[in-house]
Amino acid sequence: MKKSGLLKFILAVAMLSGIPGIAFSEETVKIGAIFAVTGPASFLGDPQKKTIEMLVEEVNAAGGIDGKKLEAVIYDSEGDPTKAVQAMGKLVSKDKAVAVIGPSITQDTLAIVPAAEKAGIPLVSCAAGVAITDPIKKWVFKTAQTDALAATTIFDYMKKNGINSIGVLSVADAFGESGKKQIEVLAPKAGIKIVAAESFGAKDTDMTAQLTRIKSANPQAIVCWGTNPGPAIVAKNVKDLGITIPLFQSHGVASPKFLELAGANADGIILPAGKILVADSLADSDAHKKVVQSYLKAFAAKYQSPTSSFGGYAYDAFKMITLAMKGTGFDQAKIRDNLEKIQGYTGVSGTFNLSPADHNGLGSDAFVMVKIVNGKWELISK
Amino acid sequence: MMQELLQYLFTGITSGAIYAIIAVGYSMLYNSTELINFAQGEFVMIGGMSLMTFWGVLKIPLPFSILLAVAVTALCGLIFERLAIRTAKKDNHVVLIIITVGASIFLRGAAMILWGKEPHSVAQFTSFPPINIGGAVIVFQSLWIIIGALIIAVALDFFYRRSLTGKAMTACAINMRAARLTGIPAGFMVLLAFVISSSTGAVAGSMIGPITMCSYDMGTVLGLKGFCAAMLGGLGSLWGSLAGGIILGILESLGAGYISSGVKDATAFLALLMILYFRPGGLFGKKDIKRF
Repeated sequence: MKKSGLLKFILAVAMLSGIPGIAFSEETVKIGAIFAVTGPASFLGDPQKKTIEMLVEEVNAAGGIDGKKLEAVIYDSEGDPTKAVQAMGKLVSKDKAVAVIGPSITQDTLAIVPAAEKAGIPLVSCAAGVAITDPIKKWVFKTAQTDALAATTIFDYMKKNGINSIGVLSVADAFGESGKKQIEVLAPKAGIKIVAAESFGAKDTDMTAQLTRIKSANPQAIVCWGTNPGPAIVAKNVKDLGITIPLFQSHGVASPKFLELAGANADGIILPAGKILVADSLADSDAHKKVVQSYLKAFAAKYQSPTSSFGGYAYDAFKMITLAMKGTGFDQAKIRDNLEKIQGYTGVSGTFNLSPADHNGLGSDAFVMVKIVNGKWELISK
Repeated sequence: MMQELLQYLFTGITSGAIYAIIAVGYSMLYNSTELINFAQGEFVMIGGMSLMTFWGVLKIPLPFSILLAVAVTALCGLIFERLAIRTAKKDNHVVLIIITVGASIFLRGAAMILWGKEPHSVAQFTSFPPINIGGAVIVFQSLWIIIGALIIAVALDFFYRRSLTGKAMTACAINMRAARLTGIPAGFMVLLAFVISSSTGAVAGSMIGPITMCSYDMGTVLGLKGFCAAMLGGLGSLWGSLAGGIILGILESLGAGYISSGVKDATAFLALLMILYFRPGGLFGKKDIKRF
């Protein structure tokens, strides 16, 4: 009696922890996914995992792809490149996935690129770093807007509003470093001067020293580049120090969590964000409006919690892979070739036009500038 | 120029007060058991998270929330001592210290399951605007932290010097066997020491939440910095720990302000290395590490 209870327990744990091949027949096609479901980047990985699970159910309910049911094999990288590499190894050799979605963050993605290239398996990353698709790698694609595009969107807005000098405050991790590099390259091109560049540690609790340095250089605006919780503390410190110049943040804080963390201190912050944040304010003529709204609605109905732009990256990755799968007989090389040919796919993040020279495929329609007003995202004209 | 220096000092005092209040917890336990509890940072985290739960979520008035947060953390300290420290039969300090490292990992995991992985924000205790002195600002919450740290230090100082229990505790630290022979309940003293030090950790955690935000993994860095502050000031000296915390905070912020934000942590640890090299007992501690 006791033994069978234990056995059931082990089985339950095995199924929960995503060990594949227990409850499934061989008739499925496996799509692999690696997300930072837990750990500091869980606000990225959690909606991504839920999105993929939801979409697989949808596809299978509609009869699958070319008559085959799909199965998602999702591993948790915990935001740790080592664990991402281990997961990739399992997906390639044990699970025999035909394509891989993820990881959620740049450092994890860069860690598994060599494995994807070596195994010849299409990888569609959900991370933002430019280095993922620049230079082009044969098997690697990405759905998140690049930080270069985010920086360009910010600078376009600044030029229109007469801001010519900035102070930069970036977090000392892959996301912040990559953003800082893009800013240093793109700001001079836009005719914007960087008068101060500071950094802070991902776990720092007070950035007033850095902000004081920036303030004394007299920029017309501050650009903060990081992911939670740092930018929320920066927002608070800016208000504490009585700094009145506009504070720009990156798309890394475009999630409800940032509003919750920063509270009233977020007021007046301007940032580039995917259209998903301001879905209801979009013009009806906007092709994305319908896609975004239906995704939001389906997610909310299934999980009773809101999704974010980050979930949208996984949505687009999954949709494009399933588009590319049709009629290939699930051959990895053919799926890759089809991915590269995708034109005019209207996704959550924007319109994707992929080519051999562009493995991201997003254009300037992928970002809108939003301002935080009374704890709400407000669309501001470009 | 002057205004910037002032701002760096204030910034340093803000983070320094946080380190100081944590350092006091380390020193206090070291004073009574000669142990270094590497789970101290986790007690700080439990204090902060509990306050967030009682005050932010359940809307219990602030003073009661702080008391409840301290009670919860003290209970964790009590259980920790009974289950992990007491059961280790070996009276070997190294073994016990390693146990505290294990406990810190365990508590972090438990907190992640209980409170989730997201950071949580905690409101300021009082809605006073930041204080502006000569163009530099200091947030009011920092003053609360400094007041809290002072109250704890004064209370503990009084406890050790004036009360019989406090003296008994010190006696246990000096020589456990001799203390037992004189009729001091040594086991109870160690338990009490853990309860008091986890309570100070809880006070620290509940006070710093509004400045740092609370997350399940906040204790790691804070615990390490607090430990550095205690070493810098002199482990086992209450006032030394307080001063050590403030000095560490100011060194960090001057490093970030005048050299570069990249060397912030390096400045502090470099200073610590220098101090340990020249004065192993810390700035205000005894000349050497042996206290008796």
